Amino acid sequence: MSDRKTRSFEILRRKLLVASLLVPTVTLAPSLTWAAPKTADINSTGLAVTDKTVTVGILHSVTGTMAISETGSVQAEKLAIEQINAAGGVLGRKIEFIQEDGASDWPTFAEKSKKLLVNDKVAAVFGCWTSASRKAVLPVFEQYNGMLYYPTFYEGLEQSPNVIYTGQEATQQIIAGIDWVVKNKGAKKFFLLGSDYIWPRTSNKIARKHIEKLGLKVVGEEYYPLGHTQFNSVINKIKLKKPDVLYAIVVGGSNVAFYKQLKAAGIDMTKEAPTVLTISVTEDEIRGIGGENIEGAYAAMKYFQSLTNSNNQEFVKAFKARWGDDIVIGDVTQAAYLGPWLWKAAVEKAGSFDIDKVRAASPGIELMTAPEGYVRIHENHHLWSKTRIGKAKRDGQYEIIYETDDLIEPDPFPAGYQ
Amino acid sequence: MSLINLRSIYSRETIIGFSVLAALVFVLMPLVFDIFRLNLIGKYLTYAFVAIGIALTWGYGGILSLGQGVFFGLGGYCLAMFLKLEASTPEATKIQSTPGIPDFMDWNQLTELPWFWEPFNHMGFSLIAVVAIPVLFAYVIAAAMFKRRVGGVYFAIITQAVAAILTILIIGQQGYTGGVNGITDLRTFGGWDIRTDSAKYILYFVNGILLFVCLFIAQFVIKSKLGRILVAIREREERVRFSGYSVSEFKIFIFCLAAAFSAIGGAMFTLQVGFMSPSFVGIVPSIEMVIFAAVGGRNSIIGVVYGTLLVNWAKTTFSETFPELWLFAMGALFIGVVMAFPNGLAGLFNQHLRPKLHKLLSGKRSTESTVTTVGQFDK
Amino acid sequence: MFADYSMVELTSIFAMQGFAGLILFSVFVLMALGLAIIFGQMGVINMAHGEFMILGAYVTYLTSSVFSTYLPEYFGSYFFLAMALAFCASAGLGALVEWGMIRHLYRRPLDTLLATWGLSLILQQIYRSVFGAREVGVELPEWSMGSIALTDMIEVPINGIFVMCLTIAITFCVYLMMQRSSLGKQIRAVVQNRPMAGAVGINTEKVDRHTFAIGCGIAGIAGSAFTMIGSTGPTAGQLYIVDTFLVVVFGGAASLLGTIASAFTISQAQSTMEFFLSGSMAKVLTLLVVVGILMIRPQGLFTIKVRK
Repeated sequence: MSDRKTRSFEILRRKLLVASLLVPTVTLAPSLTWAAPKTADINSTGLAVTDKTVTVGILHSVTGTMAISETGSVQAEKLAIEQINAAGGVLGRKIEFIQEDGASDWPTFAEKSKKLLVNDKVAAVFGCWTSASRKAVLPVFEQYNGMLYYPTFYEGLEQSPNVIYTGQEATQQIIAGIDWVVKNKGAKKFFLLGSDYIWPRTSNKIARKHIEKLGLKVVGEEYYPLGHTQFNSVINKIKLKKPDVLYAIVVGGSNVAFYKQLKAAGIDMTKEAPTVLTISVTEDEIRGIGGENIEGAYAAMKYFQSLTNSNNQEFVKAFKARWGDDIVIGDVTQAAYLGPWLWKAAVEKAGSFDIDKVRAASPGIELMTAPEGYVRIHENHHLWSKTRIGKAKRDGQYEIIYETDDLIEPDPFPAGYQ
Repeated sequence: MSLINLRSIYSRETIIGFSVLAALVFVLMPLVFDIFRLNLIGKYLTYAFVAIGIALTWGYGGILSLGQGVFFGLGGYCLAMFLKLEASTPEATKIQSTPGIPDFMDWNQLTELPWFWEPFNHMGFSLIAVVAIPVLFAYVIAAAMFKRRVGGVYFAIITQAVAAILTILIIGQQGYTGGVNGITDLRTFGGWDIRTDSAKYILYFVNGILLFVCLFIAQFVIKSKLGRILVAIREREERVRFSGYSVSEFKIFIFCLAAAFSAIGGAMFTLQVGFMSPSFVGIVPSIEMVIFAAVGGRNSIIGVVYGTLLVNWAKTTFSETFPELWLFAMGALFIGVVMAFPNGLAGLFNQHLRPKLHKLLSGKRSTESTVTTVGQFDK
Repeated sequence: MFADYSMVELTSIFAMQGFAGLILFSVFVLMALGLAIIFGQMGVINMAHGEFMILGAYVTYLTSSVFSTYLPEYFGSYFFLAMALAFCASAGLGALVEWGMIRHLYRRPLDTLLATWGLSLILQQIYRSVFGAREVGVELPEWSMGSIALTDMIEVPINGIFVMCLTIAITFCVYLMMQRSSLGKQIRAVVQNRPMAGAVGINTEKVDRHTFAIGCGIAGIAGSAFTMIGSTGPTAGQLYIVDTFLVVVFGGAASLLGTIASAFTISQAQSTMEFFLSGSMAKVLTLLVVVGILMIRPQGLFTIKVRK
């Protein structure tokens, strides 16, 4: 992809020292040695690797209803690839990518993933956003032994040897969030609201179990079809039940309508009656909702653009320089950014592009330079990460109120919550 | 059926048309394309089933249904349920909290198979259900509407509403249907692995054969008296009614036949692609299926097959290279096909190529082409 | 469910729910009015109706941006100008579409369905290319946000009241136009007997064009008003079409009164069911009931003569 040819060790060292690029520390040394390994040694399964290049795939929706959300992921993945190439590539090879459009259509995702794995023989795929697209491509990845890096926070209940999940799964997002709101806001009554499909339903199930485990009450649980736009009735119900916390997992176009109508109905989120806690609104969504409509609501994510650590400051600067100054960066975008770096780290630890070797090398891979701080790949192919609570501000950014002290272990099949 | 009748139904021209298509589907494409692209073409051909049904109802009957995806989806889901149960044996699902049931039921905390899933354990029932359930559904809708003389735009909107309802139900009742993800990860059909390359070849040919069976049936219907009455209904419904025919029964029949074709297409889709999801049931895919028929020529059952192949091939190619341009092109296609080429490809063929073919075949100097293109279709 | 609440609380909740139902009713009327005019006049369903609404919304967005950058003192009143502009933009586009496309398909309503669907795809892509695939946030004037407390328990959202008043105003204007103006008389003549209307010298083509334009213009105003309560993006129009079509078809095409009655029935049914059941089930049940009734009485609930 990049056409800079930096072969000199000195130039590479200088670049490593220059703080404008993020380079992951790897647990082994191979990436700093200069004799690029012979192709036959590092690629025994016929992947698209030459002496100078390695090809990966990017599979997101560029058109259709999901295009809004997936644009950020594509930008993040491309930025990561460019930065990796500028630092010398992976095992001495530049990354080239083939980008395919899933067109917000799950069979197209399956078809394109097959093309990438079977025809183009890519060494890794960074892609998908919705669970439906992931479910559609999963059999393809398992049949042809590919590796997918999946960035979205999702409902869990999955653990495939052919996927690395760089977004949080439900227990990481939900349990920490509920614990915080109970401890800090003294919440006792919860109203659960969501769009009607698998992620909100599964998330609310976990939320409900946890709330009841803590001995607290769920006073309402409602779902509205995707694309629904009139929420006045449920808002009246919320007023009737007077919960302490409104736990909202509304998605897509409904998001905008819901928060506008919530505000219009006189529920001032800054007054926190009820406290609004969501897991479905990132900085990207606030763009469409309007900061003034959601000001005062809390969100539980692992990443916010306003994180103040130095990794993130560099990342945001680089992202804006590459993609425009008025861009916002949500949780999924950051998770997508992690994908190529984690892949590079695993490849270098394994010393090979073979999927089986990369898979074996992945558990335990750490990334010190992740914009969210620090992450580590778990044996179940999810990431250890912290969870944060942010308070939405009028300008569309989040003010970070709370951060878990420790990394939360991912648990996609939580016992006692099933 | 005497030989003379057969001759009139399957005239020489028709046989030639079928043969050319057969050569394309069974000989040319398998030779030219690798299994990956061939599988794609097999997928397009499953849409052609729906298109044939639309040609019958809309082209010949004047009934526009914007909800054929409902029958495609129902047929596909019936087969998917069977395939999913087959793939969810207790050993294969031992990591679930309730082994032996499909994975999505487990995530939704169902502890046993719902009663209406039980019959889909049997292949015979499932195969019958693939056709029977959508046809039953079609019958209910058609009987309610046509007996009360609803047609035209009203009927089209109601089919849209039905498609919308079914989509919401499937997505919402995810414990029973797999929700928005659909029913995925289908592996074997009666023990035979459908994911291998050889299986895909076989499925492609089976698909082609079934397509031709439908084409033969459709041709029979068109050329029979039933077909002529349908055309008469399309043009002058009241007069047909006054002549003593029970118009609603003809319409119901053709609507159910189209539903049956769509359902078979849906089932073949499930087998070839390996999953079924509600994204084929809704309004948008249903309208797209209508455009396949329109591009091919709504009056020609062979034309719609070509139309389906052409539009889908264009979609795959352009959405790879010019994704934004493709959406403009598709919108323009809708408009163009309606305004400039109401008879689609078949119409163009009839106007320009057919007279030349006549000349070639008859070997004498040709008289004027006796083909008339059909003008206004609907009321 | 209601055991723990006092009488006062219950009445206030029911009052608020009544308002919610009325707001939904107004939304439906606003959405469906434009389409009903076109359908009654020409028997065509415009599948691009949602996109005309979104055009109005985008015009509002542009107006709001211009005002917030160049004329911040007048920001409070920009909304009314935006609605007028939305009407003009959508009506203009409607007239253009009618001239270029619809009038050629005059006798073929099913083909018009398909052609307008194609138009909706093109419009969606244009919006995507010009405004971006993301939803745009329309900055709303201060007076429209929040709610009015009628008593200390009953609060009604201001934008809901605004939509209700707007609906009343527009319905009244349409009524005036249809019953009192000469254009209205011509429209009614053409609807009742097109050949005769042509024979007495009414330019039916021009009447068609004006009707279509007005219908689209009302859609534009609706879209503009909906920026207060919903999202504005290239595909946002699709969220409204099924409901709009059903309201129009359910009401029959005989009169605008039918449309209003149909909107009232459907909205009350939906909002009541949403209150007592959950959202998805309410939507499905409402659709089922509407489809069921249409199957029994397909000419719509409020027509007298049968229409095909």
